[in-house]
Amino acid sequence: MCSNWMMTDRELELYVHIPFCVRKCAYCDFLSFPSGARERKAYVDALIREIESRKENFTDCRVSTVFLGGGTPSVLDGEDTARLFDVLYRNFTFTENPEITIEANPGTVTAEKVASWRRSGINRISIGLQSVNDDELRMLGRIHTYREFLDTYSLVRDAGFDNVNIDLISAIPGQTVKSWEKTLRTVAELAPEHLSAYSLIIEEGTPFFDMYGENQDRHEGDHSDWENSRKSTDALPTLPDEEEDRKIYEQTAVILNEYGYHRYEISNYAKQGYECRHNLGYWERKEYLGLGLGASSLIRETRFHNTADMKKYMDAFSEGTPAENGCGEEVESLSRDEQMAEFMILGLRKTAGISAEEFRRLYGFGIEEVYGEQIRRFEKDGLMTERDGMIRLTPRGIDVSNYVFCEFL
Amino acid sequence: MSVIDQKKIRNFCIIAHIDHGKSTLADRIIEMTGLLTSREMQAQVLDNMDLERERGITIKAQAVRTIYKADDGEEYMFNLIDTPGHVDFNYEVSRSLAACDGAILVVDAAQGVEAQTLANVYLALDHDLDVMPVINKIDLPSADPERVKEEIEDVIGIDAEDAPLISAKTGQNVHEVLEQIVKKIPAPEGDPEAPLKALIFDSVYDSYKGVIVFCRIKEGTVKKGTPMLMMATGAQADVVEVGTFGAGQFIPCDELSAGMVGYITASLKNVKDTHVGDTITNAERPCAEPLPGYKKVNPMVYCGLYPADGAKYPDLRDALEKLQLNDAALQFEPETSVALGFGFRCGFLGLLHLEIIQERLEREYNLDLVTTAPSVIYKIHKTNGEVIDLTNPTNMPDPSEIDYMEEPMVKAEIMVTSEYIGAIMDLCQERRGIYQSMEYIEEKRAVLHYHLPLNEIIYDFFDALKSRSRGYASFDYEMMGYQRSELVKLDILINKEEVDALSFIVFAGSAYERGRKMCEKLKTEIPRQLFEIPIQAAIGSKIIARETVKAMRKDVLAKCYGGDISRKKKLLEKQKEGKKRMRQVGNVEIPQKAFMSVLKLDDD
Repeated sequence: MCSNWMMTDRELELYVHIPFCVRKCAYCDFLSFPSGARERKAYVDALIREIESRKENFTDCRVSTVFLGGGTPSVLDGEDTARLFDVLYRNFTFTENPEITIEANPGTVTAEKVASWRRSGINRISIGLQSVNDDELRMLGRIHTYREFLDTYSLVRDAGFDNVNIDLISAIPGQTVKSWEKTLRTVAELAPEHLSAYSLIIEEGTPFFDMYGENQDRHEGDHSDWENSRKSTDALPTLPDEEEDRKIYEQTAVILNEYGYHRYEISNYAKQGYECRHNLGYWERKEYLGLGLGASSLIRETRFHNTADMKKYMDAFSEGTPAENGCGEEVESLSRDEQMAEFMILGLRKTAGISAEEFRRLYGFGIEEVYGEQIRRFEKDGLMTERDGMIRLTPRGIDVSNYVFCEFL
Repeated sequence: MSVIDQKKIRNFCIIAHIDHGKSTLADRIIEMTGLLTSREMQAQVLDNMDLERERGITIKAQAVRTIYKADDGEEYMFNLIDTPGHVDFNYEVSRSLAACDGAILVVDAAQGVEAQTLANVYLALDHDLDVMPVINKIDLPSADPERVKEEIEDVIGIDAEDAPLISAKTGQNVHEVLEQIVKKIPAPEGDPEAPLKALIFDSVYDSYKGVIVFCRIKEGTVKKGTPMLMMATGAQADVVEVGTFGAGQFIPCDELSAGMVGYITASLKNVKDTHVGDTITNAERPCAEPLPGYKKVNPMVYCGLYPADGAKYPDLRDALEKLQLNDAALQFEPETSVALGFGFRCGFLGLLHLEIIQERLEREYNLDLVTTAPSVIYKIHKTNGEVIDLTNPTNMPDPSEIDYMEEPMVKAEIMVTSEYIGAIMDLCQERRGIYQSMEYIEEKRAVLHYHLPLNEIIYDFFDALKSRSRGYASFDYEMMGYQRSELVKLDILINKEEVDALSFIVFAGSAYERGRKMCEKLKTEIPRQLFEIPIQAAIGSKIIARETVKAMRKDVLAKCYGGDISRKKKLLEKQKEGKKRMRQVGNVEIPQKAFMSVLKLDDD
């Protein structure tokens, strides 16, 4: 699958969006909705045409990672997935050992699909579990139980996948330090190579927003009155209070560390060597091309995304109408100042931090000249450290990273 | 209408409880007298400041002249003088009424007589105006005009038998109002040949014409070239133009003679020369004595106004200067605050006046402002015998230098229905009021007389009064001089540093309570920062209340992947914008609205 006739250094990551799921979860604000088999097939057809229409611009690129995200990409049947990858391989040049990830949710995965994924060259599976507690899963609006997750996990392992991520969500309504600890330990015992543990963000437009509204910013105010009134007025489980939330958050890194996972980004943990290359690319500002409905790209220091309107998307990539960049929206071309700011706020998400030398190589200034004042101040406040040419956030700095990032904008 | 027969002039105002339809009726009168076509009518022509229209209140007195061809075939000149409706502008109201010969009383056919109806009627009767009742909103399903007629007769004691039953909204029976104006409101009197005697009831500044004086000619005649003299201020100038009021425009004419209402321009550059209530006469042939009732209006409430963006200081100064051209009661002088930088200490008639100026600065001049807590003028008697007027708490001398302090008092009259007397007495008690007397004006309505410290009523007394009486209490006050009082300066320390802009003077007995409330309020306004921030209230070196803003512990975006980056950047930018609107005091960032939040401590 690698044709080496053209040697190049330009690395490209591909993100392919599958906007389908079985049912929306209560907290989900991703571009995703239920669908029928015919709609999914038609969508893959359009995706294929988009790939074919865009490939011209990337002939000098080598694709190092592919991430098939959603939604729930595992709702696609094996045949559609296979068609899609065939077209990707035919139209892009790949590096050796690319990382190729698919997101999968329990309840949509079969032995037949898993086998087909392997045949398509997929080598990493990211499974959405969120919690091992069935009450919590139900409250989140998940379609599966923990038991069903275990079935999926076994299918994947049995098929020989040796790079698996499990997604977890903390600080959800009704969660306690204890139930979160149980989730972490139970999952860590399974020994997946990678774990993502996100604090719940209550996004506008989700059922959770209607239920928990704008009082979600536990960390920025005292909501004890509000919490109490919640308790007295209805049976909705409450969000963990500030102390609980804090403990849940602090516990995550400690417990996962016991099982040999290291935190390499604010919410991501991996066993040595299993950090997600695709996601690291986002924080290292590698070029990425987003394919599919609403998918975002960073190409030649320009950020843009495809339309989020399914009809427009399908029209743009319907048969016979080649639409080159036919649905790029919100094109934002980044000035050098913005590039530098992104370098800081994205790079500092990684626990490895950022390299002063790379900053100079990329932008021609010393990082001290541009951000010296901020760096000094954050060092003084114990939020940042500098060692061996790498600048990184301290654990305390990570806790208040938004506060830090604002100063680089 | 070249020669104006005094008998054909009607000078009147409309008085009403809020929302009973005063402005709507004014619109209808202007429309139906043919000065404007329906199409030209903008709703509520009289209130031509945006702010007025939005708040539905009338701030500055205005006037309009219309011509009405009555059923008797004659043409009459109507001068409709609009009056502001708030106690802050009471003096302006009384001058507007003094310019009229009669008043139309508008009463809502469903709600009947209410507190302000009475207060306004008494004010009009004080000025010997003939009051002509009109019952409005008869198109409402709940209208009960017969009951309301009886109420007017029983409660107010004026004949309402043939009061027109109208709907100002639809125009129904407004014609009858016009006819009654002709028949019931007396024509003005006064000798056009006598020495000039004219009452100033308003003045505005126009960048082309200079100061435009609104006046009622009581005696004599004024025309271009008349050498006029303001009897109180002593300002003199030759008249450049005289005229009458169209709707939103000035219509020049040859002369204004006794009985007429109109405007005068002269090359006056400052409205300070033309105080409302002053008498204009002819400098060469002056009248014997001025009209009664002139008062110089002095600010009663002071506060600091600061530009949110320090660089806008010159803009704020320019804006205040421009506003002052139209508002003689507004005073300002530069001051400096450690917390807020350069700004102005401004004097206002009252809290509404303050709010209006603040809003005009923000809207018309696009300025973002930080306002400090309002203060009255305290008199400080120092041990060395010196007496100082204190308008800014920051300037309070050390307590060891103070012999005693005095605060301004007001004589308050509160009119209230009997069921709320208890609640209102409680309120006055809480505000350190001293009960004087109570009298029933009729079976279910009483007037309470209290002496109250002015500093207890400048914040939110009016709101509290309204809420505790469900809108049925009306309130008026007049200054009654100074009284010795136990007062202390309360300081607020944030992270152990005194924030000058938050200091204020308070009655010693209320200091603990207010200090506690301030700290509680500030705790909710100051966002968490990297470190814990103590908020303390202190009198001198003694801490009397404390709250703590806990340290920020977690402020993190869990997810940031390829699809989120633009959105997450926007979130951070918004957060950064929020920080820009903060004031750095020591190493604490204080949001600008925290400085103003302390103005409303009692909204429980």
